[in-house]
Order: sequence, then structure tokens, then C-alpha cells
Amino acid sequence: MKKFHVTTTVNGDAVEYLCDPRETLLDCLRDKLNLTGAKEGCGTGDCGACSVTVDGRLVCSCLMLGVEAEGKQIETVEGIADGDILHPLQKKMIEYAALQCGICTPGILVAAKSLLEKNPNPTEEETRYWLAGNLCRCTGYDKIIRAVMDTAAEMREAS
Amino acid sequence: MALDDRKSDFTFVGTRPNRPDGLDKVTGRAKFGADAYAPGMLHGAILRSPHAHARIVKIDASKAEAHKDVKAVVTRADFADVPFKPGLEGEFYNVLENVMAGEKALYDGHAVAAVAATSALAARDALKLIEVEYEVLPHVTDVDKAMAPDAPVIREGAADYSVPEGMHPNVVRYHESGHGDLEAGFAEADLIIEDSFVTEATHQGYIEPHACLAILGNDGKGELWCTTQGHWIAQKTCAALLGIETSQLRVTASEIGGGFGGKTTVFIEPVALALSRKANRPVKLVMTRSEVFRATGPTSSASMDVKIGMKKDGTISAAQGIFRLQGGAFPGAPGDMTAMCAFAPYNLTNVKQIGYDVMANRPKQAAYRAPGAPMGAFAVESVIDELCNKLGLDPVEVRLKNAAHEGTKASYGPTYERIGLVETLEAAKAHPHYSAPLKPGQGRGISCGFWFNHGGETSVSLALSEDGSAQVMVGTPDIGGSRASMALMAAEVLGIPYENIRVTIADTATLGYNDVSHGSRVTYASGLATIKAARHAVEKLCERAAAKWGIPVDAVKWENGCAVPSGPNAGDFDPMPLADITADMGRTGGPISGHFEATPEGAGVSFGTHIVDAEVDPETGKTSVTRYTVIQDAGKAIHPTYVEGQYQGGAAQGIGWALNEEYIYGEDGRLQNSIFLDYRIPVASDLPMIDTVIVEVPNPGHPFGVRGVGETGIVPPLAAIANAVSNAAGVRMKRLPMSPPRILAALKDNG
Repeated sequence: MKKFHVTTTVNGDAVEYLCDPRETLLDCLRDKLNLTGAKEGCGTGDCGACSVTVDGRLVCSCLMLGVEAEGKQIETVEGIADGDILHPLQKKMIEYAALQCGICTPGILVAAKSLLEKNPNPTEEETRYWLAGNLCRCTGYDKIIRAVMDTAAEMREAS
Repeated sequence: MALDDRKSDFTFVGTRPNRPDGLDKVTGRAKFGADAYAPGMLHGAILRSPHAHARIVKIDASKAEAHKDVKAVVTRADFADVPFKPGLEGEFYNVLENVMAGEKALYDGHAVAAVAATSALAARDALKLIEVEYEVLPHVTDVDKAMAPDAPVIREGAADYSVPEGMHPNVVRYHESGHGDLEAGFAEADLIIEDSFVTEATHQGYIEPHACLAILGNDGKGELWCTTQGHWIAQKTCAALLGIETSQLRVTASEIGGGFGGKTTVFIEPVALALSRKANRPVKLVMTRSEVFRATGPTSSASMDVKIGMKKDGTISAAQGIFRLQGGAFPGAPGDMTAMCAFAPYNLTNVKQIGYDVMANRPKQAAYRAPGAPMGAFAVESVIDELCNKLGLDPVEVRLKNAAHEGTKASYGPTYERIGLVETLEAAKAHPHYSAPLKPGQGRGISCGFWFNHGGETSVSLALSEDGSAQVMVGTPDIGGSRASMALMAAEVLGIPYENIRVTIADTATLGYNDVSHGSRVTYASGLATIKAARHAVEKLCERAAAKWGIPVDAVKWENGCAVPSGPNAGDFDPMPLADITADMGRTGGPISGHFEATPEGAGVSFGTHIVDAEVDPETGKTSVTRYTVIQDAGKAIHPTYVEGQYQGGAAQGIGWALNEEYIYGEDGRLQNSIFLDYRIPVASDLPMIDTVIVEVPNPGHPFGVRGVGETGIVPPLAAIANAVSNAAGVRMKRLPMSPPRILAALKDNG
């Protein structure tokens, strides 16, 4: 099938790739741009391991086509840290041992960052519902929720 | 038992440092199974049977082979001729038959052919060009139906010596154990309850699908990168299935995105190797989620009958259980484990348990966290709860009264060494959760749980660097932070900071054989081996210091990271730090390393007690878990935060199993819910915080007292939640999952 040329921006970098119209944004990020931080856990938008933001909106990159990324601003887990300075969420995830295997962690981080940008003071319930689209099979979510809420508190104090 | 060399005061062990792979995991840098690429790489895809049971009459792959994008097609003919043997003796045959069907497709999703093509899309498209002619056969997916006289036979001759005569050929293994006089025991009882219970198959549900990158040449030399709980078993199995020498295949374990027992065997790895050998190029193969559900190893489904007699004072006078486990179209369902674990928490005079391993037209079951134990605990602990209710007894007191302790003859035979069940029950009784008032509509459930824990073949190497840092090579893939635990234990022995130790999961070419990361064995066995390897290095450090000081080596001891003179005639020398000894080790005798290889036997059994509050909505049948407390014996918690994580994760998986998760098969024998939307595992908004209490009753079989903690945590939840739900709803729930329709039906039946 004929491939399409796509020009887009990922984590602030201008990038371009050729893709089959059937390939997802996740396929393009991973296989064409070597950004393997986003993971495919289901391919049906149920697990959230492929979460990225597109023009600031949280999406499952497995549910969006690569060709639809034309002209968009995409942010992935690889863009969360500021150079070698980790985002407070990244630090807290490590401190709280809020990951065991770590496969869901990139998606959790992208989704949690998106939550805190919209709501800097989420309740436990709001945090649980926002992250309900990100499956974690290892932790039972306890330490993840605590890490996100503690980050929110710390970021509120710092601002 | 002598505990002379067991340490009890610690510097590093018991602290909670950041895990060494934390940065990689939060930045997206960690490389998991699907994150590997190779020059010239092809993409594989597998064609799967749409039938639950069918003879494969003919496979015509000529159109696929002729396509320009396709570089190889493989079928069963491209694998080695592995001999069939009954039961688990022929496990290589069973695995081969599972990864690529032979004469028959045995379940919906069974692999029948595979292709390698120039892109993932081309590979998927090429599958449509392969024509398979099937002769559809009668099928059976239910365990009780699979044992019935008229059930279709999955495979003649698969039963081993243990199966009594006259059973259906689908019954392939049989277990019976116990002691005492059941009849006399039941005669002593004031109340006897006998009931039947059913659990459905569930999947481990790891978020990372199976993925690998394989390279195999016609010279029989290969490289395999894969997500696995054990790369040596992958090496051994793949070599056998491909007909190559084990040592010629080097296997590297990727970071692993969850396993819970499901990645202790191979599925796609031998197929990728066969494709690579045929195409003479690297082949990457990644499963879709639907393939994971249809064609990897879920847990067994179970049908169980339990009968328990109790005296008015709560003493269990006799107990009997029959456990029938369905494990897919191959031998291996852990009916024996279910039977052995079911009554293991209790000190029983009269007990008997029987377990059946039954085949059906479903995927080959794989281990899932304490395989077999949760189902049996559900049945047994439900009956105990019902006895407590009927006799008006406190469920924790009754369990304390009957609890096994050091010296108890276990229901499955051996006599327990020091164990911590009583301590977990005492902690439950004292916990504020147990005495907290319940709201209307809520119920509270209690359950105990047992798991054996495992030692297994283990090798560890440790090497010191000139600058005084250390590298530790272990062979057990790190599923939940074990590199942190290994570094803590090495730091404890060497006396150097945690941060100065780097732990690597070695590949199969750089370390001796290691059993899989399963059986809750990693912190126990790889930990023990790390400690002993570090002690081996310390012996050499002491020798070097002795030589420098010119004193006998037995006049040197190791303290806080330094060699120090010890004893009246040792002389007066300043402590010599590790880095001072390693700085010139090349000139004082050569590199300093430590090694340890063994099959440690002292894993130390493990017990836990869970307390659950649940609320049932009588309108919708929906259950909410409102409070959850896990209490479990860890022996010694090396990194307490990760121990808590294991407890919480086990409880969460148990909640899913109890309330929601199940394999649903249609009349046609096809799996109806093979995506996460339909097979719904607990999400963040389904769960409460999960409180944990770490009890520490040291294991005599480990230098620091460690007991494995990974698996026991999934044993009590099924029963604890069922007891909470039954108490909330006022009706005994005997079938899992307790989904809203089942709860509504139970409420309706109860009037």
C-alpha cells in the first residue's frame, strides 16, 4: 500500500516519517522514530500503556493513526524529564516504589502529568478515576495513587 | 535448629533505597521484550485455529510462500521430532505440541502455521494466504464434562501411572494424601458442612504481551532476546524443540513487563527461531493481546467438593477435599498443589485430599502466582466460615485454635519447622481493621492462605572492581525490584554502600544455570546465593589483608567493609577498607570474585491472613471492596516497600479473580472475551488502598531469615472476599467470579 509522508513534532523536535495508512501513531513512534517508551499492551485502547498527549490532550496512541499526527504537537514519556532533571512525578514514582515491572509506568506518568496540569489538587477519587484507563497488574495501584497525590501536594507547595 | 550463621542485626537490609533501574523505568529507556530491533529484521505472525478441536487435514502455504514480502513459512514439520511421553514426563513434547499444532488443533487459538515477512503488516496479511483444511471434532471446555464418560478424548495415552483404572482418558494425573481416620473424625464433629465450589479460569494479565527477537543460523548457533521469567528454561526448551545444542543458543532476558507465572515457559520463541532459521534473517515476533488471552497459559478452572467437621469449641475434627482442575489440552493442571495446599494452614488429626489433573479443549495452563492454591483455599475457607457462622464462633479465634505451628504434621505430609501463621492471626486479631464497625450492607471476611515457596537451581557471580565497587550477576529476571534486594544483601555482607553495587541479570552465556523467577524464590534463592558469593569474595579479601600484614588468615575478620585483625596474636593494624585491597589486587594475586551455585532446599513455607470488608448493592449486584488488610510472614523483609508491593499486588489480583475475571467460552468452544475491555482486570477506581502488615518470623533456611513473599498474597483473597460478600449478602457464594449477575441470582434464589 502507498505510504504517506507525515511531518509532526514530538517532544519539541520536528520529525518526519513515511507510514502505511493502517499503522497507528504508536507504531510510528516506536518503529519509525525509535521512541519505544510508549508500550503496546492491548492495541484496543483499554490499557493505557501507550498514552501520549496530542496537542495537550491525553490519548491512547494505539487508537490514533500515524497519518493523523500531521502538524500536531506530541508529547511522550521520553519528553517528561527536563534534560537530566526528572519531573517530580518521575522522582516520586521511584521513591514510592510505585512500579514493580515498570511496563505501565510510561503511560501512568503521561496520564498523571496530564491530570496535574488540569487539576493540581485532585482528590484520591479523582486521581483513581483519571488513572482508571491505565492498567497496572503489579501494584494494586496503592503506591501509584500515593505517589501522584504526594507529587501534587509538593508541586502546589513549590508554586 | 542451629541458627549460628543467621544474622539478625542489619545495616542495609530492611532499608528502603530507590531501585537501581528506577531511572530507566520512569524515562522510557528500559528495554522490554518488544523494544529490540536488529539489522535486516523480519516480522513474524502466527496463524491460529478458529476451532476448539479439529483434525488438521491439510495446510497449503504455497500462496503465502510465493508472495514477494514473505521470506519464510513454518509449520510443525520445521521443528524437531520430540518423543511423546505420558503426563509431565514428556513436557518438551507437550510444549512443542502447544507452540505449533501437530495432527490436531486442540483449542481456539492453537498455532498451526507462522510466517516471516518484511513488515508486521505484511506478515499479518500473509496469514490470510495460508489455506488450512480442518475436520472439526467434538470439543469440551468444562472440567466436570471433560471427566464424564461420553466426553471427547483430547489425547489417548496422556495419563501417567498415578491415575486409577477406569477414569476417562482426559484425567491425566491423580493425587491423594492425608492422614488419620476420617470416619472417626467426622463422628466426633458437632456440625458437618459439605459443599461444592467452582472457580473459572483467569489470566495472569501481565500488561506486556509476549515478545521476542530471534536469530538462528543453519550452523545451529542462535541468539534469542525475549521477555521471560527464566531464560535458561527458554534456552533448554527452544534448543530441544529446534533440535540444536543448548549451549549454542544464547538467551538474553529483556526487562519483563509482568509474568506472575505466565512467562515461565515458551510460546512464540521457538516459532521465531524456526522462522529465522528458514529465512536466514532475524525475526521479531510480538503477540497481540488477543493472542495472549487465547494462546498463552491462563490458570486452571476448578470444581471442588469440601467436607469439614467441627466441634462446638471450634476444633476441626475431620476435613476432606476433592479438587478437579482443568488445565487445557495438556497435562499439568495443578490439582496436586490445590489438594496439598488446601488444608495446609491447619493442625488436623484427620484429613484427606484428592486432586485431579484434567484435560479440556482450552489453552495449556501456566503457573499463576501460587498455582492451584487460591481455588482450594476458596472452598475450604468458605466452609470454615460457614461453620463459624452456624456455631456462633469468631473466625479468627477458630483459625487460631486450629492453626499449624512448628512441629505440626502438615496435611500434605511433612512436619513444619518454624512458621508464622499464628503470628499473622494474632496480628489480625489486634489490627484495628478487625474491630472496626461495619456499616449496613457491609460484610467482613477472613481467610488464611499457604504456599510452599521454592528453592531451585541457582548461580550467582560477584566481581570486585579496583575502585572498590562490586558487580553482581544473577540469573533470575527482575520482575518486581529484585535487583534492589540483591544489592542490599551484597552490601550487607561486603560492608560497602548499596549505591556502589550494580546488579545485572546475566544472559545464559555468562552464568551457570538458573531456575525461573517463580515459586517466590528470587529473594530467597538468588539472595542466598548472592550472600554466599559475597562471603566467598570476603574470604579472599581477608586472605589478601592477611598476606599484607604478614599474619595468618584466621587472624583476620571482616567488619563494616574492612579487614581487621582479630584475636590476641593478630597484631595491631588499622582496619583495611575493601577499596584498599582491591586497588592493587592485580599484583597481590589477581582479580577478586565470589561465586555460588546450589539448589537451596530451605525455602521455608509461608502463611498469610487477610481481612476484607465488602459492600454489596442489592439493586445491581455490584460489590465494592471498602477496606482490605494483608498480613503475611516475610521471614525477613529485605526491602520492605517492595514486600508491601507484593502483598498489595497479590490482593489486587485476588480481588479481580473473586469479583470479575473469567474466561468465557461459547457453545462453539471459542473464547468470547479475549481483550481487556471484556476481560476486565481491576482498575484504579475499583480498589481501595490496601493496608499491609509485614510479620517477620525468620526462615531457618536462609542466612538472613528470608521467606519468599510473591505468591502467598493471592491465596487468601478469593475466600476472604467470598466470605465478606456472603456475610454482606446473607447468602453463601460458591462460584467465582462473584459478578453482579451471579450475586443477583444468588439473592433471588435466597428469596
